[in-house]
Amino acid sequence: MSLSPFEVDSASLVAEDEQSAEALDAIAGIEGRSPLRLALARLRSDRVAWLAAGMILLMVVLALIAPVLSSMTGHSPYNPDLVNGTDSFGQPYGPGQAGFLLGTDNVGRDILVRVAYGARISLLVGILSTLLATIGGTALGLVSGYYGGWIDALLARLMDAVLSFPYVLAAIVLAAVFGGSLPLTIGVIAFFSWAAIGRIVRGQTLSQKEKEYVEAARSIGAGSFRIMFVDILPNLIAPVIVLGTLLVPVAIVFEATLDYLGVGVGPPTPTWGNMLADDQGSAGFGAWWFWVFPSIALLITTLGFNLLGDSVRDALDPRTERLFAMRRKKVAAAGPDASAGAGTEPLSDGTEA
Amino acid sequence: MADTAAPVNPASDEPSLVAAPAEDHPLLRVENVVKHFPIKRGIFFKRQIGSVQAVEGVSLEVRRGETLGLVGETGCGKSTLARCITRLYPLTSGQVIFDGADISRLSARQLRTYRRRMQMIFQDPFGSLNPRRRVGSIIGDPLAIHGIADGGERKRRVQELMEVVGLNPEHYNRFPSEFSGGQRQRIGVARALALRPSLIVCDEPVSALDVSVQAQIINLLEDLQGEFNLTYVFIAHDLAVVEHVSDRVAVMYLGKIVELAETAELFGSPRHPYTAALLSASMVADPEKARSSHRVVLYGDVPSPINPPSGCRFHTRCPKAQPICSVDEPPLRVQAGDPAGHVTACHFPVAPGEQLVGAAPPISATATAFAAASPDISEGGGA
Repeated sequence: MSLSPFEVDSASLVAEDEQSAEALDAIAGIEGRSPLRLALARLRSDRVAWLAAGMILLMVVLALIAPVLSSMTGHSPYNPDLVNGTDSFGQPYGPGQAGFLLGTDNVGRDILVRVAYGARISLLVGILSTLLATIGGTALGLVSGYYGGWIDALLARLMDAVLSFPYVLAAIVLAAVFGGSLPLTIGVIAFFSWAAIGRIVRGQTLSQKEKEYVEAARSIGAGSFRIMFVDILPNLIAPVIVLGTLLVPVAIVFEATLDYLGVGVGPPTPTWGNMLADDQGSAGFGAWWFWVFPSIALLITTLGFNLLGDSVRDALDPRTERLFAMRRKKVAAAGPDASAGAGTEPLSDGTEA
Repeated sequence: MADTAAPVNPASDEPSLVAAPAEDHPLLRVENVVKHFPIKRGIFFKRQIGSVQAVEGVSLEVRRGETLGLVGETGCGKSTLARCITRLYPLTSGQVIFDGADISRLSARQLRTYRRRMQMIFQDPFGSLNPRRRVGSIIGDPLAIHGIADGGERKRRVQELMEVVGLNPEHYNRFPSEFSGGQRQRIGVARALALRPSLIVCDEPVSALDVSVQAQIINLLEDLQGEFNLTYVFIAHDLAVVEHVSDRVAVMYLGKIVELAETAELFGSPRHPYTAALLSASMVADPEKARSSHRVVLYGDVPSPINPPSGCRFHTRCPKAQPICSVDEPPLRVQAGDPAGHVTACHFPVAPGEQLVGAAPPISATATAFAAASPDISEGGGA
């Protein structure tokens, strides 16, 4: 057979912008935008995401300035103050009375200070337990999906068991045995949350490990550990991030539930859950501020994380690209300056359909 | 390719495929490799109810610096054989001897040293590159895994490799999705080259590409063979490509090699009826020749590798099949009148110049013989 059909210059794919070797060092290199950076750019163009971030930021700031609030007002979050915190009849102050912006509770403690301190516990528990659950769930899900066989059978059944367990009951029993505490609360929430992530990661791993790039990694001598955590993990980071973000509000509500039932962190530490529980009996005689303010704080936090989670999911999902493109067009039409940076140019997505 | 290939001397070729002259032992020797995939059924207690006999006793050798083409239709076990050679699959039985060392029973850890010398280029330029990793780290992975180069040194070597395969080294930080199919295949080639292997198994490296890009990749592979003194096992189902790149060609059918010869010899005078049919089906660019060429039409489908036909596996579709074909399996041997390197597994090899008659399938002649052995296949073949 003649060579003619194949006589194409093999270097012809290199465009005319080929650089000489010396010039190479001078060039910083053209960097492709990683899928996460693309998602971040899309997230920035999402107004709901900004709103959600604002709500979360509000709570973070509240948590951070809690000691400042306490020292500025001179109101302790822990100690009852029947002298300054209640009126001459021993009744709690309402919002705005006697310098208490959000009023006081039954034993004269400043509700504003206590809500601020409660934010610390809620955020700490929410984020820390989610982090633990995400790391554990991802690792076990990867191992389960990658190795298969009896390891998978064991771990998959364990996940089913954890997911079907009556977790409130378990938490009550554990608190009764060990006594409620912050580490125990975080541990309990993490333990009952990892399986949700583990299951998703396992399913994704099962499909990813059949891809040819895994075979390619094996052919260059990569070990199982490297294949799992360097090759497969980046391909399932998107669902993990989405699920993780959506797990935070669940964990916060879970913590509030445990505290409300008296098996969580426990008094005198102010948490939104035990503030709601404390004030239960008082709501009857019109002290609405007892429960309204912790509830609002809980609502803002969980709503913030939920909205952010939804936005993150949209930003990471390549199928929503058209939606974002439309939004960018609208923003660009409204005012080109308003959409500085990544917003205006069409973003190609990192994943193949 | 011819300029770099080891001088091919038919006289020095042993008639047997397995034995090799001591002074020049082949780079790769495959002996009786068998790969069965078990078929399991059951939820809790899985029991094996059968097996897909993907590769059934393949023996061949690959000499240093040559390109061995491997052709056959889809599902004949080419890719499985490739993965057995590179030990991506464990072998059911048989041996893979790489540069004198038996690697067929090595553990994953022991294999690592051999992985440096034996690489693979994959068919799918999309699936074989991790979509979430940058090109630089994909190509640099072999260097990282084998601890050859780190940091700036690794980056320098990766950019060198990118230049060698005709990629712009500035694109070091891009993602695979930002490249075209041909460029992606170049990335795959660069990754395979990173460890400076002596053998590269190319598993249909161009079949997923546009024809114009195919030529570029093939030329690239040829250039690299000269530059890095590479030996290729080149799998393809495009006969024109195989004819162009290969020094020798092996034809596979249903998990077995049916014919193996020097490229010109095989394409010039095919002896196995399957090879003849395969060659007659390939397109001829010259319309004059195309009109005069005789097309051998095979009837029926490829039988299932779960339950392959008895005797010669091709007998259900062979225009020359006789009763003995369904009973006695022909060994791979040099047929009368052929040069030493040309082996064919056939009882009734095609004579030079013989026109095969693609008549109705010869099922009736052998129906009783193999209907008993494989009822479902006789049904499929007779349809």
